[in-house]
Amino acid sequence: MTAAVLPGTAHNGLARGRVELLQFIRDRTAVIFTFAFPAMLLLLFGTIFGDSYEDTGVSVSQVYTASMIAYGILSTGFITMGSGLAMDREDGTLKRLHGTPITATAYLLGKLILVLVLSVAEVTLLILVGVLVYDMPLPDASHWVVFGWLFLLSVIACTLCGIAVSALVKRARTAGAILNVPLVALQFISGVFIHPITQLPSWLITVASLFPVKWMSQGFRYVFLPDEMKVYEAAGQWELGRIALVLGAWCVIGLALCLVTFRWTEKDR
Amino acid sequence: MDVIEVRGLRKTYRGHDAVRGIDLSVPRGEVFALLGPNGAGKTTTVEILEGHRKRSGGEARVLGEDPGTAGRDWRARIGVVLQDADDAADLTVTEMVRHMAGFYPDPRPVAEVIDLVGLTEKSKARIRTLSGGQRRRVDVALGIVGRPELLFLDEPTTGFDPAARRQFWDLIRALATEGTTILLTTHYLEEAEALADRLAVLSGGVIVAEGTPATLGGRGAAGAKVSWRHEGVQHTEQVADPTELIRKLVAEDADLTTLTVTRPTLEDTYLTLIGDHR
Repeated sequence: MTAAVLPGTAHNGLARGRVELLQFIRDRTAVIFTFAFPAMLLLLFGTIFGDSYEDTGVSVSQVYTASMIAYGILSTGFITMGSGLAMDREDGTLKRLHGTPITATAYLLGKLILVLVLSVAEVTLLILVGVLVYDMPLPDASHWVVFGWLFLLSVIACTLCGIAVSALVKRARTAGAILNVPLVALQFISGVFIHPITQLPSWLITVASLFPVKWMSQGFRYVFLPDEMKVYEAAGQWELGRIALVLGAWCVIGLALCLVTFRWTEKDR
Repeated sequence: MDVIEVRGLRKTYRGHDAVRGIDLSVPRGEVFALLGPNGAGKTTTVEILEGHRKRSGGEARVLGEDPGTAGRDWRARIGVVLQDADDAADLTVTEMVRHMAGFYPDPRPVAEVIDLVGLTEKSKARIRTLSGGQRRRVDVALGIVGRPELLFLDEPTTGFDPAARRQFWDLIRALATEGTTILLTTHYLEEAEALADRLAVLSGGVIVAEGTPATLGGRGAAGAKVSWRHEGVQHTEQVADPTELIRKLVAEDADLTTLTVTRPTLEDTYLTLIGDHR
């Protein structure tokens, strides 16, 4: 008998990612709601708040496009992950996988692949709406470099936090309700729905600054808006270094929370 | 060394003792059935041996390792057939079997496994569209695709129609012939009788009887009940061996048109066993 080799974590993780994507695109309702919702919000906000920022020539809808990209990543990462894990715990996916030689890392890698692909599609859709409907100019190469790391850090931080929060979700049915509370609250205080963020009381800005969403939306505004728009930010600066630092820290915090809270099965009663 | 060795296994949930000191030994190649009413501790015991739950006390060795700490190599050698999963609803049978096969070092060919569980005609169907019994057969396929040395079957035929159950039994016998060790839990006594080399009855978290289907709970020594009707009078006698009595009746030229000889069924024995320990 030839010594058969146990397939590795990378191989299994890719296989999980493929199956996660396949299952996602076959659930048409999930596809429509995940993708259409942020785009619909963007079209609504853009239509309702049609004016522009004083003498900058930047329209409110362009600002919303940038901020909604942060929202798009947040909702795909956080909600897809948080409710997806609760669902997998409930329908036996996790229990089934735990009876096989797959590692937890490979399973989570599959989820991360799902979120990455969904986020790329989501962000592409939002940029398309921004460019086609609101004449948002596309940025130059150096801004795209920032976009690259900002996108990756945002996806990873949101995904890991989603996994960690799923530990609090007892039933998949209630996942949406539970996960949307922090999500919506953070968007209101983080300059996604309400911008300039300086309209908020300063203590609220301080609270928002502890979480990743404020930094994500600020970063995407840097990428897609002209430099003079920085005066509307809380610090009057784009603060790229701090954005990287806070998001990086949330990746570490999220990973630590995941390792502590991840369970293959429901906890023994 | 036996495939499963358990000494004094205990499991406590918040002060409630679900399993209260179980001893089990299952040698390689045996089909072993755990019987017992709901809440007797069957599923808890199986889940501890599968490595899905931590035990509160006692010793457990499965394929030579402690299931509470065993790693990926060990998991590649066991197969688990889940009792009530409804995952992967949007994948086809083939897609799901192929996906799971990819986790094992030496899986069975996908088409062969699907054929073994009799789902070839449904291989391209989404799992969502299958009937309950077909769904369970997918579970069996996923449990055996990695060529396990030890297969756990927790109430595998719940919801099967009689024909599907017979077909499933043939599959289990074929696996056992290949040398797969099988730990089975079931509610169906005829299933245990048809499949198991040995069985144990669990009640209230302890094993109340253990043996072969023919000898469980003193069934082999219980003798037989002989009944016949002679000249309008019903006669019934309980004897250790009916041969002598029947020979005597024939010699007496008794009317034997209604003669019956009954032994306690496995179900009678089982009900007595769990009744005694309730």
